[in-house]
Amino acid sequence: MHIQNASKLPPANKGYWFTVFQQLKGERIAMISAGVVLLIVVAALFAPWIAPADPFKASMLKRLLPIGSEGYLLGTDELGRDMLTRLMYGARLSLLMGVLPVFFAFVMGTSIGLFAGYVGGRTNMLIMRVLDIFYAFPSVLLAVAISGALGPGMSNSLIALTLVFVPQVVRIAESVTTQVRQLDYLEAARMSGAGTFEIIRVQVLGNVLGPVFVYSTGLLSVSMILASGLSFLGLGVKPPEPEWGLMLNTLRSAIYKAPLTAALPGAMIFITSISFNLLADGIRSAMDIKK
Amino acid sequence: MMDASPPLFKDIDKGGPAQPLLVVRGLRKHFLLKPGLFQKNKQYVHAVEDVSFSVAKGKTLGIVGESGCGKSTTAKLIARLIKPDHGSMIFDGEGVAEYGGLELKEFRRKLQMVFQDSYASLNPRLTIEQTIAFGPQVHGVSKDQATNLAHTLLDRVGLKPAQYANRYPHELSGGQRQRVNIARALAFQPRLIILDEAVAALDKSVQAQVLNLLQELKEERELTYLFISHDLHVVQYLSDEVMVMYLGQVVEKGPVERIFNTPAHPYTKALLQAIPSMDPDHKTWVSPLSGDPPNPINPPSGCRFRDRCDHAKATCHTVSPALSKVEGLSDHVVACHMNDGFSQPHLEGPL
Amino acid sequence: MLGYFLRRILYAIPIALGVTVISFVLVYLAPGDPLNAIAPADAPAEVIEALKSAYGLDRPLVAQYGLWLLRALQGDLGSSIASGRPVSAEVFSAIANTLRLACVASFLGVFMGCLLGGIAGYNKASWLDRLATTCSVIGVSVPHYWLGLVLTIVFSITLGWFPAMGAGPGGSGEWSWDLEHLRFMTLPALTLCVIPMGIITRTVKALVSDMLEQEFVVSLRARGLSPFAIFKHIAKNTAPTVLAVAALQVGYLMGGSILVETVFAWPGTGFLLNTAIFQRDIPLLQGTLLILCMFFVVLNLLVDVVQPLLDPRMLRT
Repeated sequence: MHIQNASKLPPANKGYWFTVFQQLKGERIAMISAGVVLLIVVAALFAPWIAPADPFKASMLKRLLPIGSEGYLLGTDELGRDMLTRLMYGARLSLLMGVLPVFFAFVMGTSIGLFAGYVGGRTNMLIMRVLDIFYAFPSVLLAVAISGALGPGMSNSLIALTLVFVPQVVRIAESVTTQVRQLDYLEAARMSGAGTFEIIRVQVLGNVLGPVFVYSTGLLSVSMILASGLSFLGLGVKPPEPEWGLMLNTLRSAIYKAPLTAALPGAMIFITSISFNLLADGIRSAMDIKK
Repeated sequence: MMDASPPLFKDIDKGGPAQPLLVVRGLRKHFLLKPGLFQKNKQYVHAVEDVSFSVAKGKTLGIVGESGCGKSTTAKLIARLIKPDHGSMIFDGEGVAEYGGLELKEFRRKLQMVFQDSYASLNPRLTIEQTIAFGPQVHGVSKDQATNLAHTLLDRVGLKPAQYANRYPHELSGGQRQRVNIARALAFQPRLIILDEAVAALDKSVQAQVLNLLQELKEERELTYLFISHDLHVVQYLSDEVMVMYLGQVVEKGPVERIFNTPAHPYTKALLQAIPSMDPDHKTWVSPLSGDPPNPINPPSGCRFRDRCDHAKATCHTVSPALSKVEGLSDHVVACHMNDGFSQPHLEGPL
Repeated sequence: MLGYFLRRILYAIPIALGVTVISFVLVYLAPGDPLNAIAPADAPAEVIEALKSAYGLDRPLVAQYGLWLLRALQGDLGSSIASGRPVSAEVFSAIANTLRLACVASFLGVFMGCLLGGIAGYNKASWLDRLATTCSVIGVSVPHYWLGLVLTIVFSITLGWFPAMGAGPGGSGEWSWDLEHLRFMTLPALTLCVIPMGIITRTVKALVSDMLEQEFVVSLRARGLSPFAIFKHIAKNTAPTVLAVAALQVGYLMGGSILVETVFAWPGTGFLLNTAIFQRDIPLLQGTLLILCMFFVVLNLLVDVVQPLLDPRMLRT
């Protein structure tokens, strides 16, 4: 028995993410931000090949040369190292320190949130209450406290930042999972006889990843600022490694003599952070219209 | 036995055609209301109270009643989505309460459900094909076979696989989605399908198509249906037997012609009178049901219908009536003191 | 309603307890013996032993925690290893400084945020809206420690209008609300206020534009109510949410001021924390962390309790 269709159906869609991408292309600001991010990422990736100088080569004679000096496009820092090179190499660590904690928090947070949301009941309450304790600390304070307790160093900062973001991601994941759990198609899934993990993997995960992903992209800029902030305090990356926050720290004493140079690393953090934010906003509205 | 799709699961018919496929005894479910901080007494919603019935193989049992009468809760209890407080269930000759693990999984395959909200019952992130194929894959069928089965079933319910298999739920109409839900249920090659208000949200013309489809499928695949609805026309069309529920209890049960032509319970009579009449000479002026709608948290003592019944007597306030035969017929029973004066003890054995 | 309050207060207790545990335990996460901060490495064994028992470091961890908590409840948080002064005194004077800065910055930020957010909400999709939104995005994206440096460069070094560091002439002695001290506060407050400004702008814009589209406002306009009266209406409806967010911002600034305080050498809790970390001054670290977080827990509690009083719809279980 075949039913006649009154209307012609559009061709089968090519998938969810493709449509989101199409939507995103229309948002000018988001695309510009994406371009900026791409530029920075490329500069970071290919720094060893495209940077003009050695980031560690110091020269006491060439300290704090102003921007536009001969051979040093953006001047030199307090130890005579080329700023442009340092900034490009600094992008690697700064980006890494910004992105990695969010990535780890995304993976860990989604897993915990899924589990807590699906299982429900007392286990859920227990998990959420424990996380609420971490939630009681302002992020900056918690990051500094954990980082300070563990000691300076990149890995310690990464751990600290991940710990700061995990509770936030869990909150979102748990909330969405709890909502989804009550829907009819979950009951239908239970009626199929499938096991818990199978149901979570096939039926629940896809619905949770969306909102969590959106939230996580918003965390990227916060993470970058916090990570660089930790280095600025002396708790993150250790000298002589180039990293924007650390560079801000070491150049501080130079603000009297070469203020523009001293402000450069921070400007990079600002540009990257705002690009991440605008891109995240764009992705969010692109996903909104679709659903 | 079936159409193009070969049977993927082995089903042995235990007990033969005479044994009912489903027997339910004394089902009870009370939901605990969340107490306030200072409340001492626990309050319960008496959703399902002492419900017993059976369904014969290959037949359709329609369950009717107003909203809140416990029909959906009964369905969920039978489907084992929620645990009953009390009561037993025998499916295909075996007690279900003892099921666990693999047996439960097998039970889940043989008993499927189609829900009312066609949109909410489909995962928005999966394609139609993936949704239908999920079930067989859970039970060991390979992905390719399951996908083929999905395509066959889509064709059977009237949706061309080439056009629909890769679509998402939000791209389909309500009627199309319900067809998908039916296909999904069929993919398990079940014995019994519970249809919980499955056509309620559809337009009348679409309803008719879906009902016809259900009728055909039942005959083709020797299915048994439990059809829950508040729409009496639809129930009359599809059912062989009808069970009327009120405030969590069974008040009447019998063959469809008897229920619709010679109802025995005052509530059934009122429900039937409430159907707008097509006859201009017999217009419906007065609402046949008076009194306040019932409160399942504090149900009335005795017969729960007494507050709205025109014929309520003293006994109705104190003694709860049990199901008894109407005019001596074993397949038509009613829970009412007016039937034969006093209620007779309800007999054991298939109804 | 009463049930909600009691539950909320009851619920804050395990959180507070958890906070104390974490504040205490955090220092022991670090590799190395905490004793290294107190005693020089080459001290003779008896001195080390004596120091150990004096600081209670020879007892099991749980006992140390219990003792610490007990003393803390009586107001004794030990003495700073570096300065020898009692921790509670140091922390409280630092809190006072941070609180002043946080309140002023919050006030500024909330004010600007309401202004910008209101303008954006009223004039949706116009250039004013875009301007306000841009300010808001900048507010949340800018690394505030960098902003502090930039402001220092512009206003202090180049223009010489404001001092670059410190909380007052002659160090962090007494504070008074006079012009002299306010000059010291200007730059740090301006730097800090950007954060709440960004968040409040977004919040207010969303609230106002939502409200303007609601039917009851349209009907008020149709009846000819003056724009000012409508504004009063909207202000009344949005006030509870804004106040709640603002209060939380004060708390956030209290906790998150460490970076800005470091830039401006503002003698607040952030600066104190920084010092404690680098000098591995354990009692100071534990005490500062404890008091700061308790403040935040109590603030959250207050907000959760007061908000439903102002707007019954906000009752959250």
